[in-house]
Amino acid sequence: MKKVIKKHPLAIRWFHWINFPVIAIMVWSGMLIYWANDVYRLGWGDKTVLKFFPTSFYKALHIPFRLAEGMSIHFVFMWLFAINGFIYVLYLIFSSEWRFIFPNKKSLKESFLVVLHNLHLRKSIPPQKKYNAAQRIAYTIIIIMGMGSVLTGLSIYKPIQFHTLCSLLGGYEWARAEHFIFTILFTLFFVVHIIQVILAGWNNFRSMVTGLDVFPATNEILLEPVLINKVTQTGQIEVPGKNNFEPVISNKEGIGNDLILKEEETPSDGDKTNELSDINDTITKDENTPTQSGEKSN
Amino acid sequence: MNYKEEILISEKKLRNKTLFSFTVFILLIIAAVFAWKKLHQQPLVAGVSKPLRTVLNYNETFFSNFLSNEHLAKTYPLSSAVQRVRVNGDIGLKDNFDVSKWKLQVIRNPGDTLFLTLDDIKALPKTDIIFDFKCIEGWSQVTHWGGVKFSDFAAKYNLNAQTKMNYVGLSTPDKKYYVGIDMPSIMHPQTILCYEMNGKPLPMNQGYPLRLIIPVKYGVKHLKRIGTIFFSNERPPDYWYDKGYDYYSGL
Repeated sequence: MKKVIKKHPLAIRWFHWINFPVIAIMVWSGMLIYWANDVYRLGWGDKTVLKFFPTSFYKALHIPFRLAEGMSIHFVFMWLFAINGFIYVLYLIFSSEWRFIFPNKKSLKESFLVVLHNLHLRKSIPPQKKYNAAQRIAYTIIIIMGMGSVLTGLSIYKPIQFHTLCSLLGGYEWARAEHFIFTILFTLFFVVHIIQVILAGWNNFRSMVTGLDVFPATNEILLEPVLINKVTQTGQIEVPGKNNFEPVISNKEGIGNDLILKEEETPSDGDKTNELSDINDTITKDENTPTQSGEKSN
Repeated sequence: MNYKEEILISEKKLRNKTLFSFTVFILLIIAAVFAWKKLHQQPLVAGVSKPLRTVLNYNETFFSNFLSNEHLAKTYPLSSAVQRVRVNGDIGLKDNFDVSKWKLQVIRNPGDTLFLTLDDIKALPKTDIIFDFKCIEGWSQVTHWGGVKFSDFAAKYNLNAQTKMNYVGLSTPDKKYYVGIDMPSIMHPQTILCYEMNGKPLPMNQGYPLRLIIPVKYGVKHLKRIGTIFFSNERPPDYWYDKGYDYYSGL
């Protein structure tokens, strides 16, 4: 038997995988449009650090002279982007999922600890539910960025019809610049997201397709020695199911580290065990041991 | 990890579920790639794949519902207007042009054409507008124009029946540049038949003697050097529409 959690509801998986190609198409067609008036750069005064975009970049991606094509694609797929995003936000609100995503009071402080952990400067991360604090903040900001892209996009698409919105955003040219900045941020998010997904490993990626977060497989095997140990120590067979020797599973973001801490074991100085004990205290307190009983009955 | 209910499932069931999910996932990827390729193999309508064109036309209907005469382009004080006005196109202006022979031709009905001189047009009340001229390329410039409101012009020359039609078509004297404009946009109170820029007669490269200034549209619709105006219930030909741009091009 395998212990799993239904991590991602089907709806969220659909929203996610629809969004991926749609954003890619929007960014790409957006670049075809941007090329026709590519005025943005990073720099000060006459000094340009980075031009958006260098000629070689345009050439490599075959961007030049495709404004009409870019517009025709952008103003069709904008509907998919906006509708998919809109339904996603509605879904978050009307399901309980928003609780896992929107930051809470502790998120800001904890997100620094997560970042330190990711940079290998800190051994443990604070206890988390579906997402850690940094993920909560990132996934909430991406929603705000999506809304920002729609609003700045609308105000440069129809600046007279949405004149109030356009002037709230600082006018036509500012709105265009903001729309561009959101696009850059989306691509940066994409790069970081991909790196994090690779680092998080297969179980995490699989959960975005199947929805299921699978507990580490080594779980049941490692249980056996604990049981045997118990029996020999006390001289009688205890009925499993009480909390006297529950397995502890660390599964930060479903990475699948199969860390098992036996109750008798004193945490060693090894960093993995330390990390585990931090999580252990908070995560497993109210956990019964369905795994054990389940396995016994099989 | 206990943020949701933990469930136990057999390895076989888990394997089947995973297999099913990934099969669907991969099939959807294939379907998406296939659809994207199909989209580019569709017949073109005015330079754009047919399904895309259909949606663009739908966008026109959708967004033109927002257009009313209360939605005016923002206007600016005279001091905001630039002196060096950008010149972005010369299609329809290249041929040798004989100013003395120019007359505005307004085709009221087949065989019933009105010929007007610049003085005829200047005789109507003058309207000045300083607005942010927006090019479809993405740049914009606050510019100052003067001329006659198209709606005033239509009223003066008794074009009531014509302005009940759906579209207006305009073209340069050499017919090399032409635009089609929906009636609400041409009758918009900020749309002018323009003969002045920055308080002086239009320069040749800005379409002397008479051009269209239509702030609710991108620059591509602001035809320079109007030769002919006609009315139609069908979409008149449009230079950039034929090259794959949106017909409406409205702001």
